[in-house]
Amino acid sequence: MGAQLRVYRQKIKSAQTTKKITRAMELISASRIYKAQQRVAASNPYSRAVTRAVSAVATYSNVAHPLTTEPARIDRAAVVIFTSDRGLAGAFSSNVLKEADQLTNLLHEQGKEVVYYLVGRKAVANFGFRRRTAVQQWIGGTDLPQVETAHEIAQALLAAFNTDYADGGVDEIHLVSNRFVSMIAQIPEVVRLLPLEVVEGTEAPEASEVFPLYEFEPDAVKVLDALLPVYIESRIFNAMLQSAASEHAARQKAMKSATDNADKLIKNYTRLSNAARQSEITQQISEIVGGADALSTAGNED
Amino acid sequence: MATLRVELVAAEQAVWSGEAKMVVAKTVEGEIGLLPGHEPMLAILASGEVRITLESGEQIKASAEDGFLSVENNVVSVVARQAALI
Repeated sequence: MGAQLRVYRQKIKSAQTTKKITRAMELISASRIYKAQQRVAASNPYSRAVTRAVSAVATYSNVAHPLTTEPARIDRAAVVIFTSDRGLAGAFSSNVLKEADQLTNLLHEQGKEVVYYLVGRKAVANFGFRRRTAVQQWIGGTDLPQVETAHEIAQALLAAFNTDYADGGVDEIHLVSNRFVSMIAQIPEVVRLLPLEVVEGTEAPEASEVFPLYEFEPDAVKVLDALLPVYIESRIFNAMLQSAASEHAARQKAMKSATDNADKLIKNYTRLSNAARQSEITQQISEIVGGADALSTAGNED
Repeated sequence: MATLRVELVAAEQAVWSGEAKMVVAKTVEGEIGLLPGHEPMLAILASGEVRITLESGEQIKASAEDGFLSVENNVVSVVARQAALI
């Protein structure tokens, strides 16, 4: 067998093995998206209930709570970046990191210092490579987020938020994560978590409107105290779930195109190897014919 | 007679929802019983048991931890980080 032919065969074999792996990863991701989406859906009633309650307290009582009021000066902002633990998911993690970079530039322009909280091994690796420091990082389990992790992150962020600037605290918290739009679209998104802007909330009632008078037990301030950390945690958990669903979708898409590319490679190399084999055969035939010809001419001359 | 629409949700999934005659829950101030027509209320839950009495008289018990309770227009939402039927 000719050297060229052997090289092509090797390449075909390696593309086939890679294709097997990417195909398997594609199938695994496809089955996990469904589960991840179900988890997002299952957590919706909770976040809806929490959001409604928070907007109820925020709108129906006139309590000024440190978490809801805008501080006079914002000197330091925290950015929480949600990436994945594992790669091979296309631009999933790099999109988020790019978005975080843009946010950083914006915050720097506004004269704010930026500190980072990282979720996912990819963010940690990226920061390590660029020699940037992060305050805290959480790795493992980005494809199957747990409430406990969300709780931990929320606690860490709240602790930083409740600390003064002089002691290393932050005045503002942003979340950067992928939002799951559909199987083919995942959009990196920045959300300001604190100070609070309650989203999808009940609209503020008109001054003349009669409010349903809420009774707070024990009182509005305490209820708000207890409710806001829960709200923040639920927002973080939601971001983690969305990010997990997006990760699987992005991986499925990336692996699908990898499989397609492997197919294309195999086809091209098969053609090349066929051509190589054919030319080898042609060469051999012409050698034999040439050799026989030479022999017979030599015999005639004798 | 009006009934209460009860939703019991935990962080990861909705635990139970349905119509009920009465809900008894434990708040930080003590146990509270809710009947249809209760005024709008928001309370912090103490970890403990939530008892839901159905119209048939049947009782459903659940444990709830770390959460709150809201009542509005005969809709009772018990929201807890961790909740499970017992």
